[in-house]
Amino acid sequence: MEHQPIVAELKGITKRFPGIVANDNISFQLRKGEIHALLGENGAGKSTLMNILFGLYQPDEGHIEINGEPVVIDGAGKAIELRIGMVHQHFKLVKPFTVAENIILGNEPTKGIEVDIKSANVRVRELSDQYGLKVDPRFRIEDITVGMQQRVEILKTLYRGADILIFDEPSAVLTVQEIDELMEILRALAREGKSIIIITHKLKEIMALADTCTVIRRGKVVGSVNVKESSERQLAELMVGRSVNFQVNKEKSKPGKAILELSGLTVQGEHGKAVVEDVTFQIRAGEIFGIAGVDGNGQTQLVEAITGMRKANSGSIKVNGKELFGASVRNVTEAGVSHIPEDRHKHGLVLDFTVSENMVLNNYYKEPYSRTGILNYKAIDDNASKLAQQFDVRMSSIHTEARQLSGGNQQKAIIARELTRDPELIIAVQPTRGLDVGAIEFVHKQLVEARNAGKAVLLVSFELEELYGLSDRLAVIYEGRIMGQMEADEKNEEQIGLMMAGNVMGDAQRHTV
Amino acid sequence: MQVLSKIFTKQSTYVPLVAIVLGLLVGAIVMWLGGYDPIVAYGAMLDKIFGSTYDFGEAIRQVTPLIFTGLAVAFAFRAGLFNIGVEGQFITGMTAATWIGINLNLPWFIHMPLAVIVGGIAGALWAGIAGWLKASRGVNEVISTIMLNWIAYYFANFMVRVVMVEPGQNRTKDIQGTASASIDWLVTLMDNARVHWGTVVAILCSFVFYYVLWKTRQGYELRASGFNPDAAHYAGMNVKGSIVKAMMFSGGLAGLGGAFESLGVFKSMAVMNALPGYGFDGIAVSLLGGNNPFGIIFGGILFGFLSYGSTGMSFEADVPNEIIRIVIGAVIFFVAIHGIVKWFLKPFFRKRREDKKEAA
Repeated sequence: MEHQPIVAELKGITKRFPGIVANDNISFQLRKGEIHALLGENGAGKSTLMNILFGLYQPDEGHIEINGEPVVIDGAGKAIELRIGMVHQHFKLVKPFTVAENIILGNEPTKGIEVDIKSANVRVRELSDQYGLKVDPRFRIEDITVGMQQRVEILKTLYRGADILIFDEPSAVLTVQEIDELMEILRALAREGKSIIIITHKLKEIMALADTCTVIRRGKVVGSVNVKESSERQLAELMVGRSVNFQVNKEKSKPGKAILELSGLTVQGEHGKAVVEDVTFQIRAGEIFGIAGVDGNGQTQLVEAITGMRKANSGSIKVNGKELFGASVRNVTEAGVSHIPEDRHKHGLVLDFTVSENMVLNNYYKEPYSRTGILNYKAIDDNASKLAQQFDVRMSSIHTEARQLSGGNQQKAIIARELTRDPELIIAVQPTRGLDVGAIEFVHKQLVEARNAGKAVLLVSFELEELYGLSDRLAVIYEGRIMGQMEADEKNEEQIGLMMAGNVMGDAQRHTV
Repeated sequence: MQVLSKIFTKQSTYVPLVAIVLGLLVGAIVMWLGGYDPIVAYGAMLDKIFGSTYDFGEAIRQVTPLIFTGLAVAFAFRAGLFNIGVEGQFITGMTAATWIGINLNLPWFIHMPLAVIVGGIAGALWAGIAGWLKASRGVNEVISTIMLNWIAYYFANFMVRVVMVEPGQNRTKDIQGTASASIDWLVTLMDNARVHWGTVVAILCSFVFYYVLWKTRQGYELRASGFNPDAAHYAGMNVKGSIVKAMMFSGGLAGLGGAFESLGVFKSMAVMNALPGYGFDGIAVSLLGGNNPFGIIFGGILFGFLSYGSTGMSFEADVPNEIIRIVIGAVIFFVAIHGIVKWFLKPFFRKRREDKKEAA
């Protein structure tokens, strides 16, 4: 890559926000045809830097050169003019419009006074074929998958003639298969001579995809490495500034009595079809029970049924011997169940509440947080300060709105709340989603500690490595049914893969559990 | 204290103030374009409000129902509901209180409070219908409350015209003296301005509003359900119950406003030719006050004073009523589009704004 010309260069960029230097004298070079990863922890300043390149922020110091020419990028319009395109993490698409209509929006080809949708369709299809994006221009956005919506965003930038493409955490919203497809697309784009920057904190993707990786820590560049000559471990250490333990250290579990007992649990979906079917398993005190499976195979409904958020149709849910079938969420909570929900913004937090208020979200009604119907803010605040310190939740104050926290700190806040309620059973769904390696390590340690303290843990995850690393036992779910249970061990990987695709576990293994 | 400082941020105070000034300026330009002298007009307005004790008392009388309806709208809003039905709940409360006022014979210390309370309960129940429909059937409260407004309106007219009518007139019989909510000594002091206990109760209600929403367990649930019903459900709160409770509390405030309008001001109820508009003005007042219980007192004062003072403008400065409505409209417009006002204030707030954006 070194012999390719530099297409974009950021020189000595500094951007200050009150109380924080988001970018501190950052220099960055992008060469033609390369895939350049920008790696950093949550809140390291990656997005700020890219927003500067895309013209959404102005740097306080430093300047930008595009193709060797110094430029001032004072808005997205100017960036597009300079052939820079950005694919945001949250798509900016008009849902009821078709793919082609979205792509031409703001730059419509016309025939007389009419929008020439036909030639737009043709042009979009050409572009789509050229880069292997497989997008039908006539589909409506609301009818296509998230992965395809992302490809529409890519097409949008290509349609506007972008040569430099910035991707902000492109894989965060995608399924495993879609991520593979995305990687292919990015490689194809690079082959065609486009220069690509991807913001990410997923080391695997960088290793698989990128040519160069620039690592940012607390607003400063700590290194720019050739990925081929580097390793995941080295990148992780650069990113967090200390050695990271990928392997979870845990002793063999010493399971006690059964805490959660499910038998024949069945939940029907909206169309009367069973989304969870005849699920039977038990989790004992002091063990982590993992549920593997591709997203959308009934994991969400299973967890919602156990926690009382969704009505189950038949079967039995026992926690500590107490039947909780048909119980309310409050009853389930009272029975000693904690729940780290899959979607922290939808369920885990009231974003407009302060951190302090969020820390008592499911025990606010108990003493000492309220007494005879009146809230005791002092107790609530004391609790929040204590938890924030214990779980290292970083924020300017416990009276900050939860909205203002970075994703990692929001997740830590939820975990702090759920683990300290002295539960018997902890249900953790995708507990490390969107977190950087440092935070992931922390969360894993907390879950293992809870297990060692004799809690039962139900872990639902789409990341097999997380499941292998944490679980003592594993079950695979496919279309709402449990395909089999086994010891969590990488030796079973092939078997697990087969079950995730819908094959029932072989009889021989069934007896090993 | 931290809650207080949270709901009284600098921005939430400045923005409405600047919006008011901008609105008055636009009004001045409109008057000037129409060939009227804005200085004389605004002078006449102030004179109308503060010129005599009678007028001042009447201006306060004008403000009082607006505080009630403003609080009602804001309370529902804080719980995530848009209560367009404050109008109907106001009318229902007024009708119920009037009925009690006319038909019961009780000593004053029971009669008046009873009429007021029944008015509040009537408003609460009326709003509760919409809350129940939403909670149990998922009916959008905007639509159901609009419909309920009309039902309340025609039902009230039926009650006035048929059940409580003063023979030969287009209004009800007068309420009993024992049900009057007037502050008699103050009425005398203010040259018969129709001042009543409702004003005091309205201000008390602002405090109750604040206390319930920010200090009680119930308020915590209502706010959580309002901001994020999914998270409230996750946390084991009864979201559907919260909807009904919030609507009833909101309707109760509206009903109290209606009760005092009858018991304190008119002492009877006239046939309405159209929806009287207290509830709709309440939406504007709630907006002016930033959905904040104490802000709403000021919003009500502004709105009430402007509409009361406008009669002075038309009378003394000869400004037609239409232009006065433009002035009032402009003020509310600027509050509503506070985004633009913030933009106007941006140079002053730049520091604060960037403060909020965490470096990503």
